[in-house]
Amino acid sequence: MPQPAESAPATVLSKPTPIRTAAFGLGRLRRASRTERREWLLALILLTPALVMLGLFVAYPFVRGIWLGLLDSVVGREGQFVGLQNYAKLWNDSIFRRTAQNTFIYTGCATFLKLTLGMLVALMLNNLVGFKRILRASMLLPWIVPTVLSTLAWKWMLDPTFSIVNWILYQVGFIRLRVDWLGGPVMAMGSVILVNVWRGTPFFAITLLAGLQTISPDVYEAASIDGANAWQRFWKVTWPLLMPVTMVVVLFSVIQTFADFQLVYILTGGGPANSTHLFATYAYQIGVATGKLGEGAAASLAMFPVLFMVVLFQLWYIRRGEGGKGGA
Amino acid sequence: MDEQRRGNSGRRWTSVPRRTFLKAAAASAGAAALGGIPGILAAGQAPAYSKGTKLHLLQWLNFVPAGDKVFLAQVEEFARQMAVAVQVERIGMNDVRTRTTAAIEAKSGPDIILIPNNLPHLFGDGLADVSDVAEAIGKDQGGYYDLPRANASSGKRWIAVPQFVYSWAWNYREDWLKEAGITKFPETWEEFREMGKKLKAMGRPIGQGFGHSENDPNNYVYPLVWGFGGYEVEKDGKAVVLDKKGTLEAIKYNTALWKEALDETGLSWDDASNNRAFLAGSMSVTGNSPSIYFVAREKFPEVFKVINHAPMPKGPAGRFYQLPTLSSAVMKYSKNQKLAKEFIRWYMSKEQYGKWFEVMETFAIPPTKMWYDHPVWTKDPKLTVFRDVIKDARQIGYAGPPGRKASEALAKYIIVDMFVKAIQGDKPEVALRWATEELRKIYSA
Repeated sequence: MPQPAESAPATVLSKPTPIRTAAFGLGRLRRASRTERREWLLALILLTPALVMLGLFVAYPFVRGIWLGLLDSVVGREGQFVGLQNYAKLWNDSIFRRTAQNTFIYTGCATFLKLTLGMLVALMLNNLVGFKRILRASMLLPWIVPTVLSTLAWKWMLDPTFSIVNWILYQVGFIRLRVDWLGGPVMAMGSVILVNVWRGTPFFAITLLAGLQTISPDVYEAASIDGANAWQRFWKVTWPLLMPVTMVVVLFSVIQTFADFQLVYILTGGGPANSTHLFATYAYQIGVATGKLGEGAAASLAMFPVLFMVVLFQLWYIRRGEGGKGGA
Repeated sequence: MDEQRRGNSGRRWTSVPRRTFLKAAAASAGAAALGGIPGILAAGQAPAYSKGTKLHLLQWLNFVPAGDKVFLAQVEEFARQMAVAVQVERIGMNDVRTRTTAAIEAKSGPDIILIPNNLPHLFGDGLADVSDVAEAIGKDQGGYYDLPRANASSGKRWIAVPQFVYSWAWNYREDWLKEAGITKFPETWEEFREMGKKLKAMGRPIGQGFGHSENDPNNYVYPLVWGFGGYEVEKDGKAVVLDKKGTLEAIKYNTALWKEALDETGLSWDDASNNRAFLAGSMSVTGNSPSIYFVAREKFPEVFKVINHAPMPKGPAGRFYQLPTLSSAVMKYSKNQKLAKEFIRWYMSKEQYGKWFEVMETFAIPPTKMWYDHPVWTKDPKLTVFRDVIKDARQIGYAGPPGRKASEALAKYIIVDMFVKAIQGDKPEVALRWATEELRKIYSA
């Protein structure tokens, strides 16, 4: 039996909307019914732990970091306010400029390769008939092993004297002399990108695979009937339908890769001659290794504008998608 | 009610008979009068201030396990005599900076940290004054060498107590040098280059690391610059004078040496890479402490027979060394400073330090001069060379005073990277200009 038309507004009013209620203000709260007050209180109780956690572990360190970047603090000594002097120093710092360049190259190359390989792996897994579970589980191994451990293993594999990679290449006749994978600036950057790609590809593959499985086989069937070949099916069907998932994965990956620390710190320490320093490793070197906490905080915050733009874009894209769905 | 009573706060208090209290008080007073552990031993009782406290030591991962064994036994002995708990934590030397920075900022953590090189100056504001302990040890043991004094004293006060200085020399394969027709290890850098050419031609190059690692790269590049007559800063600690002919000559020499004589994978080496490669037989000469020799003695007897050691070659300006110093720093935030100082005083006493020094063989050079004639130096003639290296050692930031700026230059690997840039193809003049500019930024701040 259809609901009477006049009962609809009452249903809407009684629907729990704690966040909106919280924004009503005290005056509105006083006028609110007992039920609404209870809901408001419940919402507050449920939100408090999350707000406290965010405040303590995200907001406070962030604000403290901004403030530290404006001081000339060194380890063990309170700093004086110096305005933007730390940022000016970084601007004139050749190692910092090299670091910025490295970070963009590292993030760009690694993300592109992870997306390409992740998409290939996802497509293969999506079309596999047997061993699906084993293959999916084993593919996640690089992702679930702690980064420090797997990077140490890579360090051994790329060791100039004992590299297994060199040994294999030598045995199959590809090289005659040892390759110093972490020695030259290009090789070292290439190697750290390689390890990042090895580690990050499963994240892309699994997420894209989840996206692929939401695409209805009917769409492919219709495309096939219309005469689309494999490439056209991918380019005209899979790629557009997978775009929302791809965008989210890429943006998350950009954030993680841009702020990467462990991998470079263990493999090269930023060397040789600063050719693999990233924002995070250089900020660590200034702030922790040389004890200049103010300058270190400024170097660390140099990442912020880029990451902020990425996050803004991500939010805009997600809201746009949600809006699109709502309007459909 | 028996001896257990309850105070107003609900805590349990143990009542002490008056006679026992007086004995304990007298013991503490006696300990103070006699000074440290001897006084405590004489009194036969731990002093009141130490009882029940916990001392936390942050140490490095020792390359000589026998040294650790003796040290831990000494720690146990100290803990027993002082009726305290002592916790020893060990981490890699490259991680000490991080831990120290974090501890000082958080104002909590270890009571004593063993800090490498000139880094005590970097952390000086967070370290307690240990002048009384350091001066007493120096006075008792023949005075300090210049290098450990520079690394642990600000000139006005001691910010740490030097524990030992790493010994360092060229480790070489006698058999392979003979095969190359070399009967005596080179005395000068030019002879060193000629030797390297022959060895590399035989597929057995010289190994030298240039990575971002605490010891080996710095132990080579600083002495090379000094040997050719260059140095970072004038005595005033302000005027950066690296861009001199001597430094340029050192860069040119090393760039040529890289191609002609060195193992060309050294750009990515850390402090352990050359040890492994030398023992694996992929190189004939490398600069190191005697740890390679000790490991060969245990595990590679054939290699052990043919290893020998030689001093740094001389350059036009002379022969120099950069040697890592390890110093015990008492943290300013520590609530157990008195006990921490007592531990250092006890551990560095002639009797206790002598036991440790002997098992460390020649790996550790004591910071004071009284150990120079100790038989440990002459027991194995192949190790005697390590005794004298400290006499020619200079501190980082020479000729300026030791301090935070010199520490920063070291932590940023400016001199190491100057050589790396030239190896990677920059003109020596460009690499030198870059390093000079970086140093100027540090010293003008």
